[in-house]
Amino acid sequence: MNEDLDMLEKSALNDYKYGFTTKIDTDIIPKGLNEGVIELISKKKNEPEWMLAWRLKAYAYWLKLTEPTWANIKHPPINYQDIIYYAAPKQKEQLNSLDEVDPELLRTFEKLGISLNEQKRLTGVAVDVVMDSVSIATSFKEQLSEIGVIFCSISEAIQKHPELVKKHLGSVVPMTDNYFAALNSAVFTDGSFCYIPKGVRCPMELSTYFRINAENSGQFERTLIIAEEESYVSYLEGCTAPMRDENQLHAAVVELIAMEKAEIKYSTVQNWYPGDKEGKGGIYNFVTKRGICQGDYAKISWTQVETGSAITWKYPSVILKGDHSIGEFYSVAFTNHHQQADTGTKMIHLGKNTRSRIVAKGISAGQSQNSYRGLVRASKGAINARNYSQCDSLLLGDKCGAHTFPYIEVKNKTAIVEHEATTSKIGEDQLFYCRQRGIDAEAAVALIVNGFAKEVMNQLPMEFAIEAQKLLTISMEGSVG
Amino acid sequence: MLSIKNIHANIDGKEILRGINLDIKAGEVHAIMGPNGSGKSTLASVLAGREEYEVTEGTVTFLDKNLLDLSIEDRAREGLFLAFQYPVEIPGVSTTNFIKAAVNEKRKYHGQEPLDALAFLKIMKEKMALVEIDQSLLSRSINEGFSGGEKKRNEIFQMAMLEPKLAILDETDSGLDIDALRIVANGINKLRNENRAILLITHYQRLLDYIQPDYVHVLYNGRIVKSGTKELALELEEKGYDFITDETDLAAKE
Ligand SMILES: Nc1ncnc2c1ncn2[C@@H]1O[C@H](COP(=O)(O)OP(=O)(O)OP(=O)(O)O)[C@@H](O)[C@H]1O
Ligand SMILES: [Mg+2]
Repeated sequence: MNEDLDMLEKSALNDYKYGFTTKIDTDIIPKGLNEGVIELISKKKNEPEWMLAWRLKAYAYWLKLTEPTWANIKHPPINYQDIIYYAAPKQKEQLNSLDEVDPELLRTFEKLGISLNEQKRLTGVAVDVVMDSVSIATSFKEQLSEIGVIFCSISEAIQKHPELVKKHLGSVVPMTDNYFAALNSAVFTDGSFCYIPKGVRCPMELSTYFRINAENSGQFERTLIIAEEESYVSYLEGCTAPMRDENQLHAAVVELIAMEKAEIKYSTVQNWYPGDKEGKGGIYNFVTKRGICQGDYAKISWTQVETGSAITWKYPSVILKGDHSIGEFYSVAFTNHHQQADTGTKMIHLGKNTRSRIVAKGISAGQSQNSYRGLVRASKGAINARNYSQCDSLLLGDKCGAHTFPYIEVKNKTAIVEHEATTSKIGEDQLFYCRQRGIDAEAAVALIVNGFAKEVMNQLPMEFAIEAQKLLTISMEGSVG
Repeated sequence: MLSIKNIHANIDGKEILRGINLDIKAGEVHAIMGPNGSGKSTLASVLAGREEYEVTEGTVTFLDKNLLDLSIEDRAREGLFLAFQYPVEIPGVSTTNFIKAAVNEKRKYHGQEPLDALAFLKIMKEKMALVEIDQSLLSRSINEGFSGGEKKRNEIFQMAMLEPKLAILDETDSGLDIDALRIVANGINKLRNENRAILLITHYQRLLDYIQPDYVHVLYNGRIVKSGTKELALELEEKGYDFITDETDLAAKE
């Protein structure tokens, strides 16, 4: 039986419940961005020379760029000199076990519902935790390494597996890709690294939990996942931040590489602080996520549940290079109050018989704006490429907006691209029907919205699906007028 | 149980109900008949609390409470159930979960613990047998893609699950084939008891062959223009509405 009801009861918990701050000593560097700052970050992380050179090159490139303006979003100009680019909870450099983690930090993560120890052992999820600029702890490392899976922070990977990092970093999202990718390449501080060797099916969910804590800081994480031939991994990221009046910038880059017959399933439950009801504060979530199906029969699947952030700008994409490779994108984006989301995907078909599927569900409430923007491209060589896209929007109220921007570029006649879009409102009839059965309006809306999002929610690993459903319900509080 | 006194109701400024009086006691079955557009569904909606309708005059007492003061959901939780003439589809919401939510909301209102999955399932099995509804229907999204008959059967199943004090059934018989009609009518008969009142809205005598009403009323132009026992329905079947409506129209002119 389903959790709907418990979920509805818990939805009484109003507002953003992850908005607390952790009082902990933080090692921070002064605000501002210049070569010196980048050198300092690199030095603090004890990085090899090549890494610093790479960063500086990205920085030099970034300086030549201007912020993109094509997205359907509005915000005051970002002052990049007013951001702290490195903030790390103070702790011993290298942790040998979780017992050494500052108890205050552990409590923070307990509060967030992420237990780093026993509990997770039972549920079989390996977790990497990134607070502000650094990775705090990664669980299950040893068990994973026995089967050759590397799961650690990207900082550690740079130290211990430089050849892998050197080979793949920036291979899917080049530093020159876009404004925020260039910025990230220059200043990224931490993130997760996964390597699944040939033929290995990763036995547990790998997950990273991102938390912004320090004030005025930005978070620039970098994630790299490599799945060798015939391997499989399911990876999940979650994110929260304290409530603060000023906007904070989160500009991440995620790169996925799937070799022949490999499969990567990447799920996101994004719940950065969305700002208050008047639209004050909140995270600017400007993220570049891209995967490449490098080999034949490879598969990459993105699933995202986006409820947080003042502004979301992200388009998890798949380059379908290998023949017969598959790309999928499942998305639920919920916006409330003054939130803005411009999100979607790009499916770039290069190989023969490649297939992609896009299911995007946008839900807008309050005065929010919710845009789907998606590109499907079938190149000359993409013989028999197939795409199916479905974009559904649900409006709660009449002050919000839903927009769909599908771009289709087909360069060969054998490709078939299908696009369907619907926009609906929660009908008075539906509400009346629910209420006549004793389900009040707020609970009814939660029920209807969860029903609307179900196809996407079903793509999430079971336990996260329940979390995500609760999150959706909580985010919806007060959106019924 | 239910006492309707001189109810007038408007929609979009147009008066649809023009002084309805009706008393229903526990255990009774009343049938309301009347030509299309006479206001039968409107009466049902007004009792259920649909907000588009404005009640301009009159009172409704339900179980000693002022019904018109209660919210839609509280009326339902107090035991008023409406089987819709046109049940709506809610994509992605499974019928089972929907009904579970409804049952537990009602329990909460009455200070009872929510049913756990097992207890709920047990009750569901019993009621499924009662109204002869198929399990596979209940795991589908509520009413989505249901045939007309399946929707109606699902309404009666919900009635069985929610055990209302007063059930208003709006044309539950229309759109049913002969077998389905018999099954649904049998279900309703099994749900008939001395504590429960039923208000049947129908156009056809054939439903009343199965479910014998205690009283029959004819609604015309927003008023109950004739009341009687089940013989009235037979008379209507024979003569049509004209013999009543002509009388009424004539009376109105004089
Ligand atoms: N929004 C509205 N604006 C104006 N008139 C309306 C509106 N809604 C309903 N009506 C009118 O109210 C009258 C009564 O409708 P109602 O649905 O109650 O009839 P009914 O007796 O249930 O008919 P049927 O037997 O066809 O189901 C009809 O004439 C209908 O057109
Ligand atoms: Mg009607």
